[in-house]
Amino acid sequence: MFSYTFHWNQAFKALPQMLDGALVTLQIAILSMVIGMACAIALTLFRLSGNRVLGGFATAWVEVARNTPALFQIYMAHFGLGNFGIHLSPYTALLVGIAFNNAGYLAENFRGALKAIPETQTRSARSLGMTPMQAFRYIVMPQMLRIAFLPATNQMVWAILMTSLGVTVGMNTDLAGVTQELNARSFRTFEFFALAAVIYYVIAKIVTMAARLFAARMFRY
Amino acid sequence: MFNTALTWSDLVFLAQGAGMTLTVTAVSVAAGTVLGIIFGVLRFQLGPYWSAPLTFILDLFRSVPLLIQLVLGNAAQSIFKLGWAPFTTSCVVLSLYTAAYCTEIVRGGIGAVPVTTRRAARSLGMTWWQDMRYIVFPLATRVSLPSWIGLTLGVMKDSALVLWLGLIELLRASQILVTRLQEPLFILLICGAFYFIISFPVARLGGYLEKRWSPND
Amino acid sequence: MIEIENVRKSFGPLEVLKGINLTVPKGEVLTIIGGSGSGKSTLLTCINGLEPIDSGRITVDGTEVHAKGTDLNKLRRKLGIVFQQFNAFPHLTVLENVMLAPMKVLGQSKAEAEAMAVKQLSHVGLGEKLGVYPTRMSGGQQQRMAIARALAMSPSYMLFDEVTSALDPQLVGEVLDTLRMLASEGMTMICVTHEMKFAREVSDRVAFFHKGVMAEISPPEQLFGAPKDPELQKFLAATH
Repeated sequence: MFSYTFHWNQAFKALPQMLDGALVTLQIAILSMVIGMACAIALTLFRLSGNRVLGGFATAWVEVARNTPALFQIYMAHFGLGNFGIHLSPYTALLVGIAFNNAGYLAENFRGALKAIPETQTRSARSLGMTPMQAFRYIVMPQMLRIAFLPATNQMVWAILMTSLGVTVGMNTDLAGVTQELNARSFRTFEFFALAAVIYYVIAKIVTMAARLFAARMFRY
Repeated sequence: MFNTALTWSDLVFLAQGAGMTLTVTAVSVAAGTVLGIIFGVLRFQLGPYWSAPLTFILDLFRSVPLLIQLVLGNAAQSIFKLGWAPFTTSCVVLSLYTAAYCTEIVRGGIGAVPVTTRRAARSLGMTWWQDMRYIVFPLATRVSLPSWIGLTLGVMKDSALVLWLGLIELLRASQILVTRLQEPLFILLICGAFYFIISFPVARLGGYLEKRWSPND
Repeated sequence: MIEIENVRKSFGPLEVLKGINLTVPKGEVLTIIGGSGSGKSTLLTCINGLEPIDSGRITVDGTEVHAKGTDLNKLRRKLGIVFQQFNAFPHLTVLENVMLAPMKVLGQSKAEAEAMAVKQLSHVGLGEKLGVYPTRMSGGQQQRMAIARALAMSPSYMLFDEVTSALDPQLVGEVLDTLRMLASEGMTMICVTHEMKFAREVSDRVAFFHKGVMAEISPPEQLFGAPKDPELQKFLAATH
């Protein structure tokens, strides 16, 4: 049928290296989610503030993040900023690109979550004497995060998968980058990348399951 | 005002890249949707147990990075001596990727048609197929359309990854120009504007349809 | 003639029909009364094959409903059924709702189907609403459309499953009037209902179901006037 002999041994021998790469992948994904979340909350506040400049800025960020490819956003971080004399390393460019993307999608998730929280919640909080910021921080935001938790989990999985785009800007320490290096040296493309695929799949599943367990524990009411 | 080395032929080059992006997207969405409908109906009819193998395979496409899928697809067609051009490989992989997401959309759409309405149709003597065709299909399409539009736009954005297999789509074309002309920001802005101009209005339309068609009270 | 012989049915551990024996001759109007969970609605969905039975037999004009070789789609053309939830097809106009099955199932031409649809819709008093979408109509109107839709198939039997229970009180009357009209025209009807007055006036026989058993069946004057079964007596006392 075909004259290709699979050399799985080579792939398995490289497993430790690939797992190291997987750790870097997770690191980038988690960092990008943390930064993305923080930015998303800020963007949400901007949009709620009623200030036209801030609101416009936030909307622009969200719409660009959601209507252009993630790879484009990474390219912008890596190549585009060159115009301003800023030269980001592949790692940083990847992180900035994914964080930018995360912030946009998460801000939109938050917007949807906020719509599901009745206006009466804020009114009750204000009636108790809280300032708008307090009302948001103690009453609205917790509920918003709760509702947005599931979409945010999906975004986390996306972030993990998006890190693979780093290879296009020269990233070689994350899982995809390591795999690509191994591939370039041995040309066992299928075996190495199949193993990488399995690792990505396992990570994605673990994150999803962990999130579900966490949600079941935390959001019990 | 603008001091650019960008020539008209460069713009044509970019336009060709854009054409490639749109072509790959169109083919993949078309094939992926057809497959998605078949798999979606299958998954719905078979129920969770019997459709588990199918679900598992489709889930793979959603849990492995698209880039890896493209590399694996290319490696596989080389191993099996299929002799596919990068364009073919890209479309096959992207179609399966689209189908994986479309299956869920279709399944959700079918599930949104009330059982009681379908019973009424069957009670009038309609066959399963007639029920599907005249009752389920129109109603499910209505429910699924906003999500499907979102999926189509997502595939268009993800199509940028086919550059890894050597296809000169829009982003790669932009990158080539950047390397030659050293005007990264300007060229990338044009590139980004293209994606934005297509995606933004269509996304808005999808949002509008979702609001308009959402079941009120 | 509909013959129900020793029918038993369970949903999981719960037995909802415990050996029902009943024969409904052509032209009869039979109403079934009883509390919730007594099995009345389940019986109707068994008659047209939407639900399977565990044992016993249901025969419609000699065809056994749950036999392996039975063409259910064909059988259902004879059995019109109207449910509690109107189940209008929301993406079609009232006229299209009624025309669909005659065209696709009976193979009628558009002209034939339209003529029949207009006739039935006028019959139930919806002659003015042909181009309207069902969701824009009241519950009572949607229910009458559902009746017209079933009638357009020219069924031999009509089954009504608590067709007024989901309606606002002021809309109940118009639907009951339609049922009364059908009864007076000689249609064979099985009505599951809570409307005691209606049952009394319209039925040839009334059956009382209690916990999956048909406890009593007799003409209305007898059933309502001199109930024998103790559960029936309790039921009638509670609903008066």
